[in-house]
Amino acid sequence: MGLLNFFSKTDDVSNLTRLSSGSITVDSEGTIITSTLPRSFPEMQVEEISSRVLKIFKDAKEAQMPLTELILEFPALKITARELRGGAIIFLAPSSPKVPKSGS
Amino acid sequence: MRRFWQNDCCGLQLVHKRFSLDVPKLNDMSARPKILLLDDEQDLLDMYKEILAQLPSHPEIHLANSGARAIALLEAEPFTLLISDLRMPKMDGLQVLSIVRRKFPDLRVVVMTSITDEQYRSRAYAMGVDLFWVKPGNGEEMKMFQDCIASLLGQDVQSGGFRGVQSKGLVDIIQLECLSRGSSVLKIVNGTRDGRIWVCEGDIVDAQCGDLSAHAAFKEMLSWRTGAFEILPADLERTRTIFENYQGLLLDSAQSLDEAGDSGEPSPGGTPLTGLAALSRVDGVEFIVEVPTNELETVESWGVKNAEPYAKWTRESWKSLCELGEKLHVGDPVHFHGLGWQGHVGLDAKDSKQIFVGFARSLNSDQIREKMNLICSKWVS
Repeated sequence: MGLLNFFSKTDDVSNLTRLSSGSITVDSEGTIITSTLPRSFPEMQVEEISSRVLKIFKDAKEAQMPLTELILEFPALKITARELRGGAIIFLAPSSPKVPKSGS
Repeated sequence: MRRFWQNDCCGLQLVHKRFSLDVPKLNDMSARPKILLLDDEQDLLDMYKEILAQLPSHPEIHLANSGARAIALLEAEPFTLLISDLRMPKMDGLQVLSIVRRKFPDLRVVVMTSITDEQYRSRAYAMGVDLFWVKPGNGEEMKMFQDCIASLLGQDVQSGGFRGVQSKGLVDIIQLECLSRGSSVLKIVNGTRDGRIWVCEGDIVDAQCGDLSAHAAFKEMLSWRTGAFEILPADLERTRTIFENYQGLLLDSAQSLDEAGDSGEPSPGGTPLTGLAALSRVDGVEFIVEVPTNELETVESWGVKNAEPYAKWTRESWKSLCELGEKLHVGDPVHFHGLGWQGHVGLDAKDSKQIFVGFARSLNSDQIREKMNLICSKWVS
């Protein structure tokens, strides 16, 4: 039994965060105003995403090329962000190599 | 007197012919002329781009929505013609013209504006524009505008010429001045360089150009294909340093120029495009910056005057996205583009370099993705 338990160990899996589809709205300070993401999605990761997106918008403005929309694609996730008066609305869409990305 | 004129003209035509022989070599532009359109209104830029694309020479048309951007593009590669609006924010058309005249004396310039004030027309012509055109209001005017631009592009490819005497070379101007047996000082300007030729009763008596004087100065000025000239009052007391007659002097100078041409000097128009300039051929690309991850290495750019702020943003953004990908366990970023009301941008990376590309506002998100893929495949190869 012990041998079977070894192969069916699920400890690591429980630590994995499932990527979810949804959107978040953040103000210019990075405070989350609204979210359609499931509660299971860690708040820390939401903050991580929003703070980086806001910084990219802010830095772009400082570099004299203000941007209103960002499309960031990773192998497993697509992030689309629209600037909202200093804040942003951010859409998350998990993607898989087997599923064609929307809009491509 | 008349006979003298006719005989002289025959002889002088020979001189001019010799001089003209090396023109195609010096002006080895690609077959398609390149036009830079400058206007702060994107809709107008798009409209004129379509109209000018119909010209028989099928010109390559680039767009700029600010003076600074136009100058950056002109610095990046040679253009045949600049068509500029006058009324623009930050840097107006006259400011652009003054810079263009100084830095790009060979460039043909057309002002196209809705301003009908005669004062601006005079000022623009005084600054050496080739054509001042009020924005066409109907189909007929548009046709005339197209014809004029087509004619101007043809002139540029064929001849060059000094402003003030359309399509005349400096040789023609000197011949005319000497044939009239008059006395004057010819002031000749070519970009930041200028020089003077003293003519006394039809003879060239002296020349001065920077540190050069006499024959050397004369030859130097004769090598300028384009520029502007002005006839100043005669200086009869000028000490004579040139004793040859003007025909001998012109023949001698033309021969030297022929020899210089044969030595294979690279022509500005024929300079091969660098890697980034070649990537910029992709339609809709406005500028490109190649950013090494190592901040100590040089940033390469095309079509942008100061690439440093873009390079900084590119480095930081790409680094930030890589960190985000790692934290979310979604891998390294594979594609990144941004849309803005001034223009759009795309970003990608390979090994230790990132490439940052500026795109025209008229492109949509899918087009940017497609063009970024194309640019990256060429960039990597």
